Amino acid sequence: MNVSGVLLAMQGAVSQGVLWGIMVLGVYITYKILDIADLTVDGSFALGGCVCAVFVVEKGMNPLLALVIATIAGMLAGAVTGILHTLFDIPAILAGILTQIGLWSINLRIMGKSNVPLLKVDTIFSRIVDLFAGLSESTGAQWLGFRQTSVSLVIGILIAVLVIVFLYWLFGTEIGCALRATGNNEDMIRALGVNTKITKLLALTISNGLVGLSGALVCQSQKYADIGMGTGAIVIGLAAIVIGDVLMGRLKSFGSKLTSAVVGSVVYFLIRAVVLQLGMDANDMKLLSAVIVALALCIPVAVGKWRIWKSYSEEGPTC
Amino acid sequence: MLTVKNVYKTFNKGTINEKKALCGLDLHLEPGDFVTIIGGNGAGKSTLLNMIAGVYPIDNGMIEIDGVNISRQPEHERAKYIGRVFQDPMRGTAAGMEIQENLALAYRRGQKRTLKWGISKKEKELYAQKLQILGLGLESRMTSKVGLLSGGQRQALTLLMATLIDPKLLLLDEHTAALDPKTAKTVLELTEKIVEENRLTALMVTHNMKDAIRLGNRLIMMHEGKIIYDVAGEEKKKLHVSDLLAKFEEASGGEFANDRMMLS
Ligand SMILES: Nc1ncnc2c1ncn2[C@@H]1O[C@H](COP(=O)(O)OP(=O)(O)OP(=O)(O)O)[C@@H](O)[C@H]1O
Ligand SMILES: [Mg+2]
Repeated sequence: MNVSGVLLAMQGAVSQGVLWGIMVLGVYITYKILDIADLTVDGSFALGGCVCAVFVVEKGMNPLLALVIATIAGMLAGAVTGILHTLFDIPAILAGILTQIGLWSINLRIMGKSNVPLLKVDTIFSRIVDLFAGLSESTGAQWLGFRQTSVSLVIGILIAVLVIVFLYWLFGTEIGCALRATGNNEDMIRALGVNTKITKLLALTISNGLVGLSGALVCQSQKYADIGMGTGAIVIGLAAIVIGDVLMGRLKSFGSKLTSAVVGSVVYFLIRAVVLQLGMDANDMKLLSAVIVALALCIPVAVGKWRIWKSYSEEGPTC
Repeated sequence: MLTVKNVYKTFNKGTINEKKALCGLDLHLEPGDFVTIIGGNGAGKSTLLNMIAGVYPIDNGMIEIDGVNISRQPEHERAKYIGRVFQDPMRGTAAGMEIQENLALAYRRGQKRTLKWGISKKEKELYAQKLQILGLGLESRMTSKVGLLSGGQRQALTLLMATLIDPKLLLLDEHTAALDPKTAKTVLELTEKIVEENRLTALMVTHNMKDAIRLGNRLIMMHEGKIIYDVAGEEKKKLHVSDLLAKFEEASGGEFANDRMMLS
């Protein structure tokens, strides 16, 4: 394979990583801030993609508006999990699994088949490519002719930055602080007058809204929606968070924590592209992600236990 | 101020683990009352405080604060009347958040949370002032995570948070029990000071009978979900630990008061 081919593959991986990074930000809200592992994600990611594809292809909807609709669909899915969890006290993991399983059938119903291609329709990316192509022709400026991968990278980064700024603001507000406190110490914040059912519901809703948005963006960039496109999304999300934490864990500000989630996602997809280039089967990638997450969770525990074991001595120290 | 009327609470009703925790309890507090509560393990002291705070629903009866019937209000709604400090120092603060963020959360107790910024500059000055009162040097560490503080520091902070805006009622459930004697003393002195200066109405559970006698203007003793002894004013001041022990013995049918009570 030639160098430019590899570079193109890497650029594709980066832009994929950024678009999936929006999903990782959603996972970050539940997993890191709320301290809940929300398994709705696999379903709501695919939901975002399916809804977007159907509205763009069958209803001829503006691709930008389709992103909004997909976000709302994701939020609804998150709200279902939230209601099951808060109003009916179903453990968060189980509530997420129930919604996820239910969404599989719903997604199939929405699409009517297991795969909807976006062949002869506009996406936000193709529109921008066209826009610049038009500009390039009318002004004669050659450099304005962009390729789709570059455009999806730039748009992806733009949206990711907007989302990070939005989350940074949100979690700095009174409501956002109450949300963080809910993940930190539920008893305490309830004693301070916050209805933690509402904060949890809110967090799950916003989180899955972002996941739905990410699903729609990925759908538009890969030009199809597939019933299985969300499978394993939660593990990708957790792996990206773990990778981001390893790379940028020393930075303590909230903004850099959010950024690290997206960076982690990009690195994840780069690793993925590399191992695929090396000839690994794409289906084995899920195993690799699972191993990354499992290792990240196991190592600190194992190291801690080993240290305690190691530090034992029959005679006490002299003090 | 606070009226608890004929309140019953049974845990695990209808199972073999059924436990009557409160049996038709009546209690009335005047504004400014500082009441200490003593009683053996399982007497229902924590349950009483939890019922007032709304942690669990009551089975029967009524609870009123300042004429408002709060019997069926959820915990987070009652929070606007009630400040609380728990026995466990970990329970009253958010470890992963900054000291000033914790205070900002407490500053908004019982208020509707909005999309306004979670903490303002002016507040920070107020918090620095208030932290100075604690005398623990926390005013210079306002952006430290609370998880870095010791149990005693966290408990003092929780006390400050519970009283940052005057609660109509302050509930203290063995809030010095998990601290070493010296720290416990500091936190108790702070409690006295804050309650006195702000003329708060307070209920304080303790296993330390000397404290129970010395602090506050009224003392109640609980046993098996009921108040079995209630003294106030001069009569309370004249009490001795031995009087209370005798009461205990009487209540538990001659069976000696438990070790934990003896030690204190
Ligand atoms: N959540 C609960 N579920 C079941 N039983 C409970 C619960 N909370 C309290 N109890 C029971 O109610 C009774 C009263 O308990 P409570 O905690 O009020 O006692 P206490 O007076 O605070 O005792 P201590 O001095 O040990 O703190 C005990 O028998 C206890 O086992
Ligand atoms: Mg108790």
